[in-house]
Amino acid sequence: MSILLIVFLPLLAAIIAGLGNKQLGNVPAKVITTGALFIACGLSWPVFLGFLSGNAEATVVPVLKWVASGTLTFDWALRVDTLTAVMLVVVTSVSALVHLYSWGYMEEDPDQPRFFAYLSLFTFAMLMLVTADNLVQMFFGWEGVGLASYLLIGFWFRKPSANAAAIKAFVVNRVGDLGFMLGIFGTFMVFGTVSIPEILAAAPGMAGSTIGFLGMRFETMTILCLLLFIGAMGKSAQLGLHTWLPDAMEGPTPVSALIHAATMVTAGVFMVCRLSPMFEVSPTAMAFVTFIGAATCFFAATIGCTQWDIKRVIAYSTCSQLGYMFFAAGVGAFGSAMFHLFTHAFFKALLFLGAGSVIHAMHHEQDMRFYGNLRKHIPITFWAMTAGTLAITGVGVFGVGFAGFHSKDSILEAAYASGTSMGNFAFWMGILAALMTSFYSWRLVFLTFFGKPRWAGSEHVQHAVHGDHHDHPDEEHSGEDTGHHSSEGADAHEGTAGYHPHESPWVMLVPLVLLSMGAVFAGFVFQHAFVSDGSGEFWKGALVFHEHLIHAMHALPELIKWTPFIVMIIGLALAWYGYIRNTSFPAAAAEQLGPVYTFVYRKWMFDELYHYMFVVPAFWIGRVFWKILDIGVIDRFGPDGAAWAVAKGSTYAQKVQSGYLYSYALIMLLGLVGAISWVIAG
Amino acid sequence: MGGFPILSLMLLVPLAAAVACLFLDAKAARNLALIATLVDLLLGIVLWQNFDVGGAQWQFTERVELFSGFSYALGIDGIALLLIELSVFLMPICIGASWKSIDKRVGEYMGAFLLMETLMIGVFAAQDIFLFYMFFEAGLIPMYLIIGIWGGQDRIYAAYKFFLYTLLGSVLMLVAMLYMVNVAGTTDIPTLMVYDFDPSVQTWLWLAFFASFAVKMPMWPVHTWLPAAHVQAPTAGSVILAGVLLKMGGYGFIRFSLPMFPEASSTFASLIWGLSMAAVVITSLIALVQHDMKKLIAYSSVAHMAIVTIGLFAFNQQGLEGSMLMMLSHGLVSGALFLSVGIIYDRLHTREIDRYGGLSINMPRYALFFLLFTMASIGLPGTSGFVGEFLSLAGIYEVSTWTTLVCATGIILGAAYMLYLYRRVAFGEQKNADAAAMADLDVREYLMVVPLALAVLWMGIYPESFIAPMRDDIAALEARIARAAPEGDSKVAMGAATSKETPAHEETAAHEGAH
Repeated sequence: MSILLIVFLPLLAAIIAGLGNKQLGNVPAKVITTGALFIACGLSWPVFLGFLSGNAEATVVPVLKWVASGTLTFDWALRVDTLTAVMLVVVTSVSALVHLYSWGYMEEDPDQPRFFAYLSLFTFAMLMLVTADNLVQMFFGWEGVGLASYLLIGFWFRKPSANAAAIKAFVVNRVGDLGFMLGIFGTFMVFGTVSIPEILAAAPGMAGSTIGFLGMRFETMTILCLLLFIGAMGKSAQLGLHTWLPDAMEGPTPVSALIHAATMVTAGVFMVCRLSPMFEVSPTAMAFVTFIGAATCFFAATIGCTQWDIKRVIAYSTCSQLGYMFFAAGVGAFGSAMFHLFTHAFFKALLFLGAGSVIHAMHHEQDMRFYGNLRKHIPITFWAMTAGTLAITGVGVFGVGFAGFHSKDSILEAAYASGTSMGNFAFWMGILAALMTSFYSWRLVFLTFFGKPRWAGSEHVQHAVHGDHHDHPDEEHSGEDTGHHSSEGADAHEGTAGYHPHESPWVMLVPLVLLSMGAVFAGFVFQHAFVSDGSGEFWKGALVFHEHLIHAMHALPELIKWTPFIVMIIGLALAWYGYIRNTSFPAAAAEQLGPVYTFVYRKWMFDELYHYMFVVPAFWIGRVFWKILDIGVIDRFGPDGAAWAVAKGSTYAQKVQSGYLYSYALIMLLGLVGAISWVIAG
Repeated sequence: MGGFPILSLMLLVPLAAAVACLFLDAKAARNLALIATLVDLLLGIVLWQNFDVGGAQWQFTERVELFSGFSYALGIDGIALLLIELSVFLMPICIGASWKSIDKRVGEYMGAFLLMETLMIGVFAAQDIFLFYMFFEAGLIPMYLIIGIWGGQDRIYAAYKFFLYTLLGSVLMLVAMLYMVNVAGTTDIPTLMVYDFDPSVQTWLWLAFFASFAVKMPMWPVHTWLPAAHVQAPTAGSVILAGVLLKMGGYGFIRFSLPMFPEASSTFASLIWGLSMAAVVITSLIALVQHDMKKLIAYSSVAHMAIVTIGLFAFNQQGLEGSMLMMLSHGLVSGALFLSVGIIYDRLHTREIDRYGGLSINMPRYALFFLLFTMASIGLPGTSGFVGEFLSLAGIYEVSTWTTLVCATGIILGAAYMLYLYRRVAFGEQKNADAAAMADLDVREYLMVVPLALAVLWMGIYPESFIAPMRDDIAALEARIARAAPEGDSKVAMGAATSKETPAHEETAAHEGAH
């Protein structure tokens, strides 16, 4: 029953805080939402530990009837099994910490109850998604998180860029949702049900069958899986439908950490794992998943290497890491995919919240070109970010390392061990991406925390120093302070512009510290449960687990096993050379690469391409349809033409108008008279 | 309820009040109209309470033979019940919406609205085909008056356009009805619904009815009266036009075209699909470029009603129930959206989207409700819009995947134009001082939007309340038209075989296997 509380407490909190809004006040709204989330989190861990110890069984708690239309029936119900339990702890833990963190980060915002209500609403929708027992409830959660994401990206709704990003996120996701919806329809038609367990049980029996789609015939399971996977691509920002994710960084940073890193964007991976017995039936679909995942992990990593905005670097990094999860699923290593989802949630939330702490310290400056030297000013943030970086780059040797080491290496090994050519492709893409991951992650750390301060170039910092704001009355003093500290040297003064970054308050540091623990230990502690010889016991059929793949991974050549480590070192060395040793090198290299660099820097031109392919034509065609078709053709030859003919016979429009009514009534009357006389006569 | 003529009473209350309103001053007319519509709402609740789900198909029947063949016959099934409930629910809200904004010829205005309520209920309750025709056509007269007298600047053009379109259809329909009555020898709708007309005749009859219903719906390309009418109509006129009058087209299809002419319906199914696909894509794109809020919502209505028509012509239970739910939902949601527009129109007297902006700042409560209705229009799961859209599309998928794909693009385009509208109205900076000074919802406005919001959520979260009354009727209809159902293009074939002959059989086997 605790699952009911876990899921519905956040909803209740969201409703109270949202409707209470300003009448309720900041502190009560924050206490209610954050309290609800900590309770939900506190209840989730025992559920997870129950599955970890092997004592818990999968259960389904019915809530309410939803729809019963002919044979198409689906209800509101909460399913709890191992897969759900993993997601429960991820979602509630990160969400609770993000709620807490937001006390500090959103301190000065005038709309705090609304913000916290949205965060809790998001958590509710995400929990509905992960507890879904049928595809339609999953779709409910899917769209619900989409709504919350839309609202939170556009939270600062006065900013045009935030509004544009919010709409873009929603609409691009809807493209994916179209696929998801068609997938549900097809699944219902084939299996006669949308209940996930029933579908999964019947899926293997559909091997070899074909189905009609758009006038052609395809393998049943291939087309169904591909349609569903389009939905996953949208939500998880995979190649082609990824364009919304970087723009989503317009939202407040805690939102980026919760929604656009740890939880919502992993929903696609979750879906593929949840439906893994379906995907297993179609090798074509699996190959496609592998290809998209591998391509995305490489593509997004290249962009991550070139961006200057700290949040965008992490956003592309997220996109890239999601690619790893997908190709893990594509080669059949669903356990590894979920493992990486799990560890990634901790270290990526940590990186985002760390970035938020940096942004907070730097007075909302997000451009890394204006950072530098911050490790001395915000040491706790520095160490937390370092822990996150060690985790994401996968630092570790001889089976002991940070979180990402365990999960990412397991994915790469599985890809290689799968033995297929697509798996091989994914492995090499993954290796290249791992090199770039190491490079851009360390680049971020070096640019932000090392070197000399370059803060003076930042408008935000200048505003802060020159009293162009009213929030910090004590800022005046810090401005004066600079005079006394001129002994620090003219260079330093020039770089800092007299600005003094402050470490974040404890409410922001506590989540950083806790997530750092996750980033350090989550891989080592849970590796046995998620991906080892005995993991079948843990998953208990909640996803497809191939023990033979694990054995094949053990038998890999040593060199293959060491490759990720080697490229990680290369990436680190490159970052160190370019951003600490010889800081003029990156600019020179970019110059050398010329158009290639520009192409990557401008994100492979996807935004421009889509703008001219879809947005511009949509508006143009809309205007043409309206002005030419509706007004120019239909109206002209329809009612206006007739009107002209009628109007010729009368002088005044007014007269004509009343004329219509009479003539209309007359025709009706005559008609009726005629009808009745016919009946009487007949 | 044993023989108590509740349906007649529901017709009589607004009618009597309508006549009385003509002789009352403004204040008294408003009060009387509100009381009469609330009484009808109460009667509607009693009606729903006493409707025996799973009982006889036709309930609350009344019949008075007038003269040979023609009779005053009333009676409802679940389908009619739901549409009557929609009408009586929206009516008090319409009176509320006109409370302050209408200040000339109030008595006549209220009279027109009340008369329209009588006629709308009559359409759904009539069991005699001529009685239906009378209600169906007469229902438009008060609407002309409302647009023509209390409308905006171009009201005469709009009323005229409305008239011309509907005239054409109704004449053809009347001719068809005369023929049917002559052939079948009865004016009784339930009897006609099970009468098998010669398939070759069905074609012509179907087309004649189609001419009328397609205009009412409205289907592309006979939709151009709708934006004009909405833009010119006063707020309450738009609410009732979108909320109930458009449903008469759908009701016509479900009551006449499908059960009476199944073979012809099947023949013309691809025509309906084609027009619906065109409607979804074209009108959605047109909605995207509108500057006028009401026009935008009017065009979106055309797109949404196209989902209704594909559901109806899917020939299966999901499609039919989906389209009914879609109609009910659209009645609530588009009504609510027009009301939302009316609320800010009352303050600023413009429908230009660009004159607003940043309303979330000074009207946060309004922005919240507007957001809910926007999301319901987009079809967010959990709101009423989703269930109908989902079931309709699920229904059509079994017959035509192309149609599903094209019509489902409506979920993308719908999100685009509605969010774009919402952004320009509620988000951004407050760029106009007068818009920034507008006050948030007052008590009267709360009383209008809160019931709508609750109904939208109710239908989204627990649609069973709305599906249960019509389940048997839809099942009966499906059984009636099953013999003509078009062959689907998406059937499953087991094994490596891809021959076209086996799928239908195999598919049923697969279904049985899955259960």
